[in-house]
Amino acid sequence: MNMLIEARDVYKSFNGVKAVNGVDLRIRPGQFTALLGPNGAGKTTLVEMIEGIQAPDHGEIRILGRPWKGNEQYLRRHIGLCLQETRFMDKLSVWETLRMFASFFGLGKARVKEILALSGLGAKHSQRVVHLSGGQRQRLALGIALLNAPQVLLLDEPTTGLDPNARREIWSILLDLKKNTRTCLVLTTHYMEEAEKLCEHIQIMDQGRVLREGSLQDLLEDSRAEKIIEFTIDNPDQAGPEQLKSAPFAVQWDPVAGRGTVAISDIEQQLPVFLDFLKTRGLHLKNMECRRKTLDDLFTEMTGRRLHD
Amino acid sequence: MTEPILSRHQIFHLFAAHAREVIREPAVIFWGIVFPILISLGLGLAFTQQGETVYRVGVVRDNAEIPGNGTALESFLENRAGKLDLPENHSPAWQMTLEDTQLGNTRFEFVRTDWQSAMVQTKRGKLNLVISPGENKGIQYHFDPRNPEAELAYLKLSSAVQGRAEAGGGTRGQISPLTVTGTRYIDFLVPGLICMNVMMSCMWGISYGMIDKRSKKLLRRMVATPMKKSHFLMTLMAVRIGMNLIEAVLLFVFVCIVFDIAVQGSIGALAALFFAGNIAFCGIAIFTCSRTANTEVGNGLVNAVVMPMAVLSGIFFSYHNFPDWSIDFIQMLPLTIFLDGLRAVFNEGAGFAQTAMPTAVLAAMGAVFFGLGLRVFRWH
Repeated sequence: MNMLIEARDVYKSFNGVKAVNGVDLRIRPGQFTALLGPNGAGKTTLVEMIEGIQAPDHGEIRILGRPWKGNEQYLRRHIGLCLQETRFMDKLSVWETLRMFASFFGLGKARVKEILALSGLGAKHSQRVVHLSGGQRQRLALGIALLNAPQVLLLDEPTTGLDPNARREIWSILLDLKKNTRTCLVLTTHYMEEAEKLCEHIQIMDQGRVLREGSLQDLLEDSRAEKIIEFTIDNPDQAGPEQLKSAPFAVQWDPVAGRGTVAISDIEQQLPVFLDFLKTRGLHLKNMECRRKTLDDLFTEMTGRRLHD
Repeated sequence: MTEPILSRHQIFHLFAAHAREVIREPAVIFWGIVFPILISLGLGLAFTQQGETVYRVGVVRDNAEIPGNGTALESFLENRAGKLDLPENHSPAWQMTLEDTQLGNTRFEFVRTDWQSAMVQTKRGKLNLVISPGENKGIQYHFDPRNPEAELAYLKLSSAVQGRAEAGGGTRGQISPLTVTGTRYIDFLVPGLICMNVMMSCMWGISYGMIDKRSKKLLRRMVATPMKKSHFLMTLMAVRIGMNLIEAVLLFVFVCIVFDIAVQGSIGALAALFFAGNIAFCGIAIFTCSRTANTEVGNGLVNAVVMPMAVLSGIFFSYHNFPDWSIDFIQMLPLTIFLDGLRAVFNEGAGFAQTAMPTAVLAAMGAVFFGLGLRVFRWH
């Protein structure tokens, strides 16, 4: 199958620091892929290379089967881009901003009206950008990215800093796009929930490398039976590393949050053992929750850090 | 209904977007149009109307050193200056007016003070001159000889003390004040204001605006589309030049009405020079903002370009007051070239022949800086 995005063995360094360190990426039409990782993982640099504003030090990137060199105008006609925070011209209205960007693709009023409807900004069309809320501005940015009905859509942390409602509005637009078009999406995010909700393919990145990739199911397959117990105790000052080291299961203790997590595969057998352990150490359980393992847990297992660090 | 091609063209929308950004900023109307008019009005009135010149003179009288009422200082203050009936230490204590129908009146205000206080007030610019009893019952004058105003105050006062410089009296030569168009201060000032406006408008409007757009990632977002970079920059320059033209015309119309200013040279040469000056500063502005995305750095860069020219190029006062060794350098500055050319058209009747060189030099400067700027320009 023809891949819309193909990156092979890509490296990129800045002042000796390896931002992207041997990454491969293959994305087919209609596929939504999340690059999941904390700040500094190399996600944005990888997207910038796909976007054509950075050239890899080594390796090759082809978009729609073409390299960037010599195909800039063609590729820009077929790529949509939405950055984490783009500040458009404050004094222009939503309509004027969309009209200006539409003119870069030779598009007219009809397409702008469609985008207004798609992004839910119809009622705000005459409002100046400076008066839009954060969520509305991001919907405008997404609308601009969709003006040219792109084959490749690149979203660099599009919902960072947005409230949950605004985030869901962005997701809703993207899920509609997924249902109705063959556009492929590359989404960088450090929100696990966002990656789970939107993308069928996930690449977990850290320090410029892809640690693991696959569908959400594939990634959690090995540990599907595992459950995560999150707990807090009445006397967290006593829950030092020494106290928890001798636990029958690997306990991760967050001294800042005053919260611990432990992964167990058999609740019936292992939970009583764990509770007994706490009791014998004089640690009084205050609160306990049991939940399924998530990508966040998987990332913590692989790197020892949380996605939001 | 099919939409006209023009209304879908990126040049049309880029021009409209840049223009809207400018005209929807209320401060632009004030700083671009009202402020230069206020400056021309203020300075024009100050330098064209013959008002009364006031000098404040500190009188230091250390009692121990004054032998009596026989000193020249005592006799001058008692006989020539009118004593004001004010409490001790309240200033001024005396005042004297020298009337002059041609050059305007000069009023001296004499303030009692001690030496230490006189020095402090001189440093603060509150006193132009300090006098004290001198040798042989004379008057001692204390002033900074490098301060022309203080020196003038000394000359007028010393002449008055010696009874030589009352209006119409004495031995001074005949004075014919120059008031014909082209020789007044306002004639010198208006081209300066027009040029300053062009420089400030281009440097802040284009440079700072671009750096701001870069820091907000808007440039990066725009070049991710098939937008032509040249269209973006050309429309930005076109809007700026259009605004500068409107501002210059409004200022010119105002000073024509209020101060009866006229262009003595060729209007065509003036237009060509004005356009070339705009091109030069647009090019310099593009070059200045070509790399940085930091508005603090941008602020410094713009100031580094603007400030030397604003000070040296003779917007308000002639640059010929600077030392001789600096004049050649000052005359090479783009603002000086622009200003000298514009003043030649306004006040000396210059035409295309006289302005061809500065026009060509400014246009070439603009092209060179624009080219250099584009070569190193960072869009993200």
